[in-house]
Amino acid sequence: MGAAVEIRGLVKRFGDLVALNGLDIDIQAGALTGLVGPDGAGKTTLMRLMAALMAPSEGCVRVDGFDVTTDADVVHIITGYMPQRFGLYEDLSVMENLQTFASLRGLGGEQRRSTFERLLHFTRLEPFTRRLAGQLSGGMKQKLGLACALMARPRVLLLDEPSVGVDPVSRQDLWRMVGELTSEGMAVVWSTAYLDEAERCAHVLLLNEGGLVYQGPPDELTGRLAGRSLRVDELPSGRREFLAAALDAPGVRDGVIQGAGVRLVLAQEPTAAAEVEQLAAAHGGTVRSVPPRFEDAFIDLLGGGPGGRSAIAERLETVRLESEVAVSCHHLSKRFGDFVATDDVSFEVQQGEIFGLLGPNGAGKSTTFKMLCGLLKASSGEARVAGYDLRTASGAAKLSLGYMAQKFSLYGLLSVRQNLDFFSGVYGLKGRLRRQRIDEMIETFALGPFLNRSPDVLPLGFKQRLALACSLMHRPAVLFLDEPTSGVDPITRREFWTHINGLVRRGVTVMVTTHFMDEAEYCDRVALMHQAKVIALDTPDALKAEARSATHPDPTMEQAFIALVEAQIAAGQRRAAA
Amino acid sequence: MSRLRAQIVKELLSTLRDPRARFVLIGPPLMQLFLFSFAATLDVNNVDMAVLDQDGGPVAIEWVQRLESAWFVDELVKVKDLQSLGERIEDQRALVGLHIPPGFSGDVGSGGGTVQVLLDGRQANAAQIALSYLGGISRQLTFELQGVSGAASSQALPQTVVRHWFNPNLNYIWFIVPSLSATLAMFIALFVTALSIARERELGTFDQLLVSPATSLEIIVSKTIPALVIGTVLATLMVLAGIVIFRIPFTGSFLLLMITLVLFIASVVGIGLMLSAVCQTQQQAILGTFAIAIPLVLISGFATPVENMPPALQLAAQFSPLKHYLIIVQGSFLKALPATEVFANAWPMAVLALVSMSVAVVFVQRRLQ
Repeated sequence: MGAAVEIRGLVKRFGDLVALNGLDIDIQAGALTGLVGPDGAGKTTLMRLMAALMAPSEGCVRVDGFDVTTDADVVHIITGYMPQRFGLYEDLSVMENLQTFASLRGLGGEQRRSTFERLLHFTRLEPFTRRLAGQLSGGMKQKLGLACALMARPRVLLLDEPSVGVDPVSRQDLWRMVGELTSEGMAVVWSTAYLDEAERCAHVLLLNEGGLVYQGPPDELTGRLAGRSLRVDELPSGRREFLAAALDAPGVRDGVIQGAGVRLVLAQEPTAAAEVEQLAAAHGGTVRSVPPRFEDAFIDLLGGGPGGRSAIAERLETVRLESEVAVSCHHLSKRFGDFVATDDVSFEVQQGEIFGLLGPNGAGKSTTFKMLCGLLKASSGEARVAGYDLRTASGAAKLSLGYMAQKFSLYGLLSVRQNLDFFSGVYGLKGRLRRQRIDEMIETFALGPFLNRSPDVLPLGFKQRLALACSLMHRPAVLFLDEPTSGVDPITRREFWTHINGLVRRGVTVMVTTHFMDEAEYCDRVALMHQAKVIALDTPDALKAEARSATHPDPTMEQAFIALVEAQIAAGQRRAAA
Repeated sequence: MSRLRAQIVKELLSTLRDPRARFVLIGPPLMQLFLFSFAATLDVNNVDMAVLDQDGGPVAIEWVQRLESAWFVDELVKVKDLQSLGERIEDQRALVGLHIPPGFSGDVGSGGGTVQVLLDGRQANAAQIALSYLGGISRQLTFELQGVSGAASSQALPQTVVRHWFNPNLNYIWFIVPSLSATLAMFIALFVTALSIARERELGTFDQLLVSPATSLEIIVSKTIPALVIGTVLATLMVLAGIVIFRIPFTGSFLLLMITLVLFIASVVGIGLMLSAVCQTQQQAILGTFAIAIPLVLISGFATPVENMPPALQLAAQFSPLKHYLIIVQGSFLKALPATEVFANAWPMAVLALVSMSVAVVFVQRRLQ
């Protein structure tokens, strides 16, 4: 079968900036092609070029034989493009959205009826046709977006980061749908910052700084790393200390926390293995070889991850709280009218722990999280942060907590410097201490060159650093992170967790909500929420062990999550039947 | 204190740092002041006229000469027949057509005489006013002719002389500029505040603010400052433009006007913050501003006198800060409004400011529930 998309000598420039530099790519029909790369690598630009939404500066892009410059109209018809935020009309219902896009595509009569039936069934959105698109969960929005993109039975389907903000259960649905589409002969391109997704594609395109670094099946790239992936377990001195030390060792290319252990990727030098053995022995750990993952190869190809030292954490004084319990809630509930968003949730978080709150969209994790950091008042029950009751001592509690939101809530109209000034001021810092803290943040996060710029124009990594700096200025004992690395590429994500690991070693307690399962691996303990209740609370390794089954002998965190949620749904149905 | 200061600095910067926002806030209001002042005038001048003189007698010639020299006439065209007189008005080349029939001078001599005036009804207002000017000329001419012919016995027309106090020449600009300074400042203050919380909510920074030790009261206080400053400065600039550029006599107390101006802007800011606290997006805030501002202007007495409204609307007008401030600003310019009158209109604004801001604080707190 010929290539569905042929790209030859493609260059795309925006002014002086070279976004894509000399790409030659073939995308096959009937197969899923993954487009991966760090933030700013040019993924979206390539997508838009293939959708004939912009013209190449040099070279050509042909979709099913049609050139995107000369036959743009034809290309628009034979491609389905789903941008990162699909342009759904949020004030229209699901059905009205479908009708709008059908009319745009000139689809009418009997054909429209049968297409709707097929798409609604395919996306399992039948029960929700009258709901407003703005009130759908992230996952359902993506499915509706997909349905709209599929309206004209395209030959090439382009999905730009379809799984950002989508919980694992909905994500699995998306995968199933894409699988069916490719088996019908459609070419599907799926761009993603999540490398476990790339691993599941038939073919992978790896972009970095506008160049194509790798093109081929993911296994082939992973295969190059054979023997270089290790896991170190049983670390009595703590896995975070070991990781920090290991990342600074010359023989280690990359390392992440994985459950109770640490996963490392060795450098190519033959001495590397011995070096790690020695380091592990010094920390009392045991080393075993594990099969390499695509992510290992990706980081290796891009020159390895960041070091293990967090300059900011090293500057912090060790946090000491009077009680061992940093965050606690007892019988915490939240009702909005008849709807119960959080139902009788109780747990305690120890000082210096990373505690994760996981769950599908709408499970109540955001509501619970917001009650814990004082953004919502509980309907009943009690929540304490650093020993303060949020109802009675909210001022004192607020001073001891830091908060960092998913979208790095920074003031775009203010400069970087003014953002730092504002956040230090609003937490009551003044005089010399304030100047000292600001200078310290500028120095440790290397923000110096950007002080007069708006945070909006900063590279993603620096934006993240600034957001972290703003939330740490007042030295909080507890740090709340709301989906901190959603849609962030693996390198930036590693740097972020290096800082978090450093903070935790200084006694800071970290609360995190996420539906990104790799982040769950960094947690000491995880509370899994489903339908407003905590259905499981344990270490990531224990949760994985609980979900072990014949089909998944060694489940990933994501598989464990899905299994636990599905078991809960099944139990609910049994109760209802009985 | 340092917490509050940080927030005020942040608010001022986010309103003024953006060059586009700066221009939008300051350019258009001043431009509108000049545009409205000159365009929305009620005086009619520069009238184009057409005359068909079929008489040619001395009275007719006198009529035409007086029209040619009249202050409100720009161009006077003499036409040959009735058809072209009609065409001129139809093509909007003339607002008013005057038809002097044959034998007019003779009829006047015998105590009668009628001329026909054709008006362009499409510009009804201007045409009406032009007609009244023509009536004036006609009366004047009649009076003089009677004097000349010595027919003093014929009844002297009882004349009503209208004398307009405070604005003896009915100079429209004297009325419109002070009113516009208030109305435009209100719109700007409403926009700045209505957008402020909604913008933070839309961009996600509002949550960040709520988890910080900043209290609801601090948030509201810090958000009133930029609008208060911008609104007051703009209104003052426009008042000064009225005095210096338009040369409107300012007879009242400038100090009292400034104090009540701050009260007026504060009450508007309170309304804007109330609106902002319930809006989720900036778009909602903009639509909400229009939904609130237009009725506030309509019942304020800016366009139609409050006294002519039905009682229910007169009551509603008491809740429009603009109504009270318009009385003060117009009075300060032309009437030398005494201090007691100023206070009588100032305290309702103070109450409105206090109530609306308290409600805004409650709204912000309620978002936390």
